[in-house]
Amino acid sequence: MAKMMYREAVVSTIAAEMERDPSVVVLGEDVVGGMGTAGGPEAIGGIWSTSTGLFGKFGKDRVIDTPISESAIMGAAAGLALAGKRPIAELMFADFIGVSLDQIWNQIGKFRYMFGGKSKCPAVIRMAYGAGFNAAAQHSQSVHQILTGMPGLKVVMPSTPADVAGLLRQAIRDDDPVIFLEHKALYATSGEVPDGEHLVPFGHARIARAGEDVTIVATGMLLGFCEAVADKLAGEGIGCDVIDLRTTSPLDEEAILDSVEVTGRLVVVDEAPPRCGLATDICSLVANKAFASLKAPPQPVTPPHTPIPFAREMESAYLPSADKIEAAVRKLLDWR
Amino acid sequence: MQLSREALLQAYRQMKVIREFEERLHSEIQTGEIAGFTHLYAGQEAVAVGVCEHLTPADKIISTHRGHGHCLAKGCDVNDMMKEIWGSREGLCRGKGGSMHIADTNVGMLGANGIVGAGAPIAVGAALSNKLDGPDENGKLRVAIAFSGDGACNQGTTFEAMNLAVVTQAPCIFVFENNHYSEHTGVDYAVGTSKDIASRAEAFGMKVWRADGTDFFAVYETMRELLDYVRAGNGPAAVEFDTERFYGHFEGDPQRYRGPGELDRIRETRDCLKAFRASVTGARLLTDADLDALDAEVMDAIEGAVETARAAPRPTAEDVLTDVYVNY
Repeated sequence: MAKMMYREAVVSTIAAEMERDPSVVVLGEDVVGGMGTAGGPEAIGGIWSTSTGLFGKFGKDRVIDTPISESAIMGAAAGLALAGKRPIAELMFADFIGVSLDQIWNQIGKFRYMFGGKSKCPAVIRMAYGAGFNAAAQHSQSVHQILTGMPGLKVVMPSTPADVAGLLRQAIRDDDPVIFLEHKALYATSGEVPDGEHLVPFGHARIARAGEDVTIVATGMLLGFCEAVADKLAGEGIGCDVIDLRTTSPLDEEAILDSVEVTGRLVVVDEAPPRCGLATDICSLVANKAFASLKAPPQPVTPPHTPIPFAREMESAYLPSADKIEAAVRKLLDWR
Repeated sequence: MQLSREALLQAYRQMKVIREFEERLHSEIQTGEIAGFTHLYAGQEAVAVGVCEHLTPADKIISTHRGHGHCLAKGCDVNDMMKEIWGSREGLCRGKGGSMHIADTNVGMLGANGIVGAGAPIAVGAALSNKLDGPDENGKLRVAIAFSGDGACNQGTTFEAMNLAVVTQAPCIFVFENNHYSEHTGVDYAVGTSKDIASRAEAFGMKVWRADGTDFFAVYETMRELLDYVRAGNGPAAVEFDTERFYGHFEGDPQRYRGPGELDRIRETRDCLKAFRASVTGARLLTDADLDALDAEVMDAIEGAVETARAAPRPTAEDVLTDVYVNY
């Protein structure tokens, strides 16, 4: 086990997989950084420092610095994957999916099905998402609800450095396209990462806290808030079963339903907008398949249905917080 | 340039297969037996064949909305394609793709596309893959070809792809088939660079060629030159072929935008198959009898493909759930 930061888990896993498999290729804007400047190649190494050192080690044909051309990056990833390579394409900010959505949605996500299962498209699309930096409406979004709604894509949302390593290694080796969402507020967080061939299969949630009174489902940065709430309530004798989904597609329905059968109470915490999203999806799942177990109506905890505001006070008010999560839990316990 | 008798017969056969495939689809579609949208390639055969006759399965192509010709020229099986268009579970894409989404990676055909302009960046990716694999035993790079029409040339994806190809020196070839219509709108209106698409590629720093796309020999010779250049590692290149579309944008398009007598005129004066026949018989390379025999053979093959497609097994509701990763 080695202690490392979330961002270090990204770059070390990519480097290890590039070492192991010559078909793994990295491409994206500024993944090398400094190309065509006086500072020269590797002056940057990715704006999130998630590709630092790869260019020097693997060269320009495997670490491809691209112009600012999101459609071309995603299209090139599609072409590389169809031609037998395993591209890892970086989108920098998840907010930019709109610029390249056709290539992600209509091309990469559909090739396998549309071509009758005879073609595979093993592309990994990495992107940084989430609020917490006061970067406002075009640089703070959580886009998993959009991408999870697209059949053909696998969607991964790690919350710990260990899961970054295990899920990213799995993603690179997967024969289907994988959207790999890294929360930008987590890049500098640290944790133990198992050495060597650490793999985390998709569709298997992690139980971050075990408890028998309330089920809390979350992903990414918000998981830490949920854990804090669980720890606090444990002092009062209230047990929270905190489920880290890890992947939203495939979704570990079993873990959610098994937990709700015991607790009878569900809180779903999500950073994406409330309408047609992950929180409503999971509330609906539980209402459909575990209605008899429920002691109270499922509670979504999400931002309001607005774009993300800029000012510190407004961003804090916008995001789900530990207080809001705790209030939702208490509301369920007090119900009737 | 002198092509062998075998090469001439092969080129003619390929063009004729595409033509008859399309003519037959045109008449079958009237019966209502074929579902969905179909965009016919007839008229442009010299481009697909003049390009693809130079390629091996290691060379990749990305096709367009109007993809049947590219698929057939690149080596997709005619029966499997017909079955796909009929929607059979035995079709080339198991009935999941249909006319607009045919692919066969085994022959280097990486897909027709339902989205105009989507193919060019994908071709750059395939070219980067070939670049990474390095030259073949003869020191030549394998290439990837992006077929685009004059409609697709106005999409931002095409511009992004050309720039990325130049920046990365990808062995990618942009083949622009200018058939003068993007859907139902004329090139004079929609292409804002004096009707000239090749000059756009030139602006990105690429060497470009221009040729008559209804003349198989012009296409073939241009591509020979262009491929020598790209395979030698000089980076991407582009070519614009001036060609003709004998049918509408889609089957059922009433083509009210065509000028009086336009379709008859292009069929008479700009038909690549007629021009090929006149050229090879005039030069006494092949006889009318040689070509008539091939025509008969192709007609039988297409008849066989239609019969096979008509009799092929239909998909079931269970087939909806296969070939996607989540099993519901």
